[in-house]
Formats: sequence, C-alpha cells, structure tokens
Amino acid sequence: MKLDYNVEGGDFARAGWASSQVKKVLKQLNVDQGVIKRVVVALYEAEVNIVAHAYRGTITVNIDAEKIRMTLEDEGPGIPDIPLAMQRGYSTASPQVREMGFGAGMGLPNIDSNADNFDIKTNIGVGTTLEITINLKPQQE
Amino acid sequence: MSTPQFFHALKILEDVCIGCSHCVRVCPTEALRIRDGKSHLYPDRCVDCGECYRVCPVSAIINYHDDFDKIFKYKHRIALIPSIVLGQFKDGIEPEHVFAVLKGLGFTDVCEGEEGARLLTELVNERVADRTVEHPVISSFCPAVVRLIQVNFPGLTPNIMPIKAPLDFSAMYIRQKYRDMGIDDSDVGIFYITPCAAKIVAIVSPVAVDNSGINGFINLDFIYNKVMKVIKSTGGVKNIPPDRKSNLNGAQTLWALTGGEAASIKGRSLSIDGMKNVIDFLEKLENDEIENVDFLELRMCDQSCAGGILAPANRFLVVERMQKRARNVDVSSLNFDIDSYHEMLKGNAFTEEIRPRTSLRYDVDVSKAIAKMEKVRRLMCFLPGIDCSVCGAPTCQAHAEDVVQGRSVITNCIFLQKKLENQRLLDSKHALRMIEKIWGKDRFDKDCTKRGKKNEDS
Repeated sequence: MKLDYNVEGGDFARAGWASSQVKKVLKQLNVDQGVIKRVVVALYEAEVNIVAHAYRGTITVNIDAEKIRMTLEDEGPGIPDIPLAMQRGYSTASPQVREMGFGAGMGLPNIDSNADNFDIKTNIGVGTTLEITINLKPQQE
Repeated sequence: MSTPQFFHALKILEDVCIGCSHCVRVCPTEALRIRDGKSHLYPDRCVDCGECYRVCPVSAIINYHDDFDKIFKYKHRIALIPSIVLGQFKDGIEPEHVFAVLKGLGFTDVCEGEEGARLLTELVNERVADRTVEHPVISSFCPAVVRLIQVNFPGLTPNIMPIKAPLDFSAMYIRQKYRDMGIDDSDVGIFYITPCAAKIVAIVSPVAVDNSGINGFINLDFIYNKVMKVIKSTGGVKNIPPDRKSNLNGAQTLWALTGGEAASIKGRSLSIDGMKNVIDFLEKLENDEIENVDFLELRMCDQSCAGGILAPANRFLVVERMQKRARNVDVSSLNFDIDSYHEMLKGNAFTEEIRPRTSLRYDVDVSKAIAKMEKVRRLMCFLPGIDCSVCGAPTCQAHAEDVVQGRSVITNCIFLQKKLENQRLLDSKHALRMIEKIWGKDRFDKDCTKRGKKNEDS
C-alpha cells in the first residue's frame, strides 16, 4: 500500500501532519504500538527537517506485511557534511526555527536510532533524499 | 473468533427510536448504524460517553439504572452522593436539606463521593513524582476517557493511573465503618447516584478491578425529581429540618469540575474537558508532540461532571454555585473520620494496569488488514465523500469499512444508486427497497404524525 504527502518548507503549523496520518493507518492495521511509536518519531523528525530546512518535499510511504518504507525527497540546500549532521546536538537551524522549539540537533540521530534501515543521499544546492525503513514485526530482544 | 461481551448502561429503545441518525453522526468511535429504520450499536466500540443520549430527539436512548425499591432490600441503606448532585439544586436548597430529603425517601445514611479524594491526591502525587512510569500520568477519574483511550489510543494505556476513583474510596470506607460496628455486609446497601452512564459501567464492569462494593446505582435526574417533589410538596426548604452539613472541603467540592483534580497535583498539569478537545489532545500526545507535562486531567463532558448527561441543571450555573460553596466551606466543621481508615484504603487503592481494548478495524493479521484497507481505499474512489449517513453509516469511510467487513453493500449509497439507475443498471423499485431496508418499510410515505410535521402531537 502506498501513501503520498506533500510538505511545504516553512509551514510549521502543519508540521507533523503526514506522520499523524501514517500513525492512524498503522493503528488501523493493528501494528504493534512500540513499532508505531518508532515510525511516528522517525517520520515526524524527517518531516520537520523538510519544513525547517528545505523549500518543499514529498513523502512516499510504502507498507507491506513485513515493513514500512518511507522516502522523503526534498528540494533544498542539501547537507554538506552528513557525518557531522548525524552527531547529536549538531544543528544548522536558524535562530527563528530554534525559537519555535525545533532545531535541537536531534533530528537525524533520532531517525537513525528508531529506524531499522536509514539512508541519506544529498546533492548540495539541489536537495536531500531520506529512506527510512522500519520492520513491522517487533524485534526479539 | 469469540466476541467479548461489553456491558453498556445506555440502551436504545427500539420501539421509540425513529431512526433519525442524529446519534450515528455524533458517536466519537463510529459505533452506531441505522438498520431497518432503527439505530444499532457495535458494543465493542462504545465507550459510554453518552453523546448519543444527548442528541436523541425522542429520548429513545435510556440510561439503565436500578429500581429505587431495591434499596429496601437492605437494612442499612446508604446513598453515595457525588458533589455534582448537590450542585444541581439552586441556592437555598443546601446539602443538609438534600440529605434530609434523601433520608426521608428511605436512605438511612449518606456519604459523599469525594470524601475519598483526600487519599487519592497523595497517591497520584507519588505516581507523578515517580520518573520510572510513563508521563504524563493520565487521570483515571473519567471512565469514558479511560474507555476512549482503551479503544482509540491503545498505546497510551500505560499512562493511565491505575487507581480507583474517589467514589470507590468512599464506598470502601463506609463499608468498613459498618463492619466495624459489627454489621454484616449483606445488611448494608450502598447506592451510587450517578451523573452519567460511564460511571455506571465503571461500577458494573470495571476495566481492571473485580468488585467496587457498590450494590446499585440510581440516575441523578431521577433523584433530582424525587427530591424536588418532596421540597415542593412540603412547602419549601424552610419546612425541612436540616440534616448534617456537607463533609467536603473546598478542593473536594470542586474535584469533579474542570481543574478540580489538577489543582492539587504537584508539577505541570493540564485540565482538558469536552470530547473533541480530549480527542485532539490525545492525538498530539500519541504523536509525541507534547513534552514535559506531568499530569493530565481529561474529562469527556464539557465542564466535566457538571455537563454529565444525567445532570438536569445548567452546567455553568452549577459550576458557579459549587465554586461559591467551595469558597465558603467552614473547615472547622468537617469530620475527617475517613482518615482513620487511611491504611486500609491505601492497601486497596490500586487496580491492575489498564490494558487496551481490542476493537479491530480490519484484521489481526497485518497482511490481511492491509488488503482490506486497500479495498476500502478503492471503494472510496466510488463514494461521494458527502458523509450524508443515508447508507446508515456515519461517513463514507465508515460505509466502505462496513462493506469490506461484510456488514453492508456498497450500493446502499444513494448516490451510487442514482448513478446506476441513470446507467439503467439498477431498477428504481429495487433502489427504493434498498433504501427502505435501511430506513424502514413505508418510511417515505406521507405521514403527518411524524416529528416536526403538521399534526405531530395529535
């Protein structure tokens, strides 16, 4: 099953809309609550990244019985140094964005720690594509 | 698969129901459908909020309660009275008058529901301070909210404080007090006067405890009428010798109103009332958008229990009156006998953790559920998105889900029927029969006695 969403850069009032919709779908599909929580956290962070840093973007969500794969593709400045951006607390968010309570530098690390598979492709001056995969069956600890 | 049985105090009277669909449209969990001209309930989805009861134009939904004479089966008959009951009566009719009238009606003793709130505050504060449990801690006071979370927000059930309600503490206290006087449990009947359906369900069918020790329940509107009748027929309160005064302090008096619980919680707490507000906030909480809140007081009714479905007086006037009473409490006159039962109550204060209630939308199996959901999404391409309820379901989405679950057929949609008739794929007589199947036979014949029509009352 495929779900598509558009995200506008700078529209903080609507940030979190796509992750909220995906959450509703996963709840209806009777997916494990812990898994839903990880999906929501990862997707919310990625969605807010587009809102805070990019001009616009699209979110494509593919769900099958095994996993949920979320692809977030934005038109934006790109990420010059991915390893640096992956460090906890590192942020390039503007003061205005921080004032709104975003931009604490936890976005990418948070996505990484909630995803089973996380891929970033970036092109400076063009945009960034994230691919986040989370298995729907809760992992055996 | 076996279907669990769900008890609900609200019942639809089939012979009174006119099949108007008002209830279908307000239900927060989409638990109602129109079939054969009557409203029907999916019991596994109902959370006892009572929104259907509120909007029914013909009072076809009733709140089941015990026959008043049941109290006389007991030698000792105790009315367990939440403060909201006393708030219903206008100034001048004070708690001591209401207690006196209740005793005249047959009760032998009265106990207030919020007396038990003293201990509760202490225990909730301990839980809020415990950083090993899920935060925010959500109050378990409103049973409709607890059930809403169980059905619609299963991931938030660990946040619910697994503790009994003030009324349970009061009931345990009064029962023990009679035991200590050497009176057998079987001689003591405790009857709760309820402002809503959810409280009854919480007593009869608690989410996590076995027995609350309450023997029965009587609707607030019923008691209100009985008390008012006595007051009127005796020529007013001046002729009623007052009983003892209310035993509640200010905080206890206000407990059941919005902000009443949160006021005594240490930490950052929010009070939210009204069904839509509660649902919106729980959505945000579930999305992890809410940070650093310690305690949530959530009440399904606007103005909390003052807006209870069985409360006859205007909720805003009740709030004003109770606030005034709370300000004027003479603390020196209060009896804190309940405090001597502190240890016993504390030992029985907690319930098991609250668990989600299964209300499967599609299927236990995720791949089957995905297949069904995709089918629903395809069906939605054909439905008009008008949410008119003519198919008997509250929304096009709910209709599509019913179709996929085999509970309805897609052509129950009147707009699809028009389209099929236009394409000569559906006979118009057959189409009328289909609509009559939902709304009742001969429903669309001229009838000047039906509600709102020319001769409604003749």
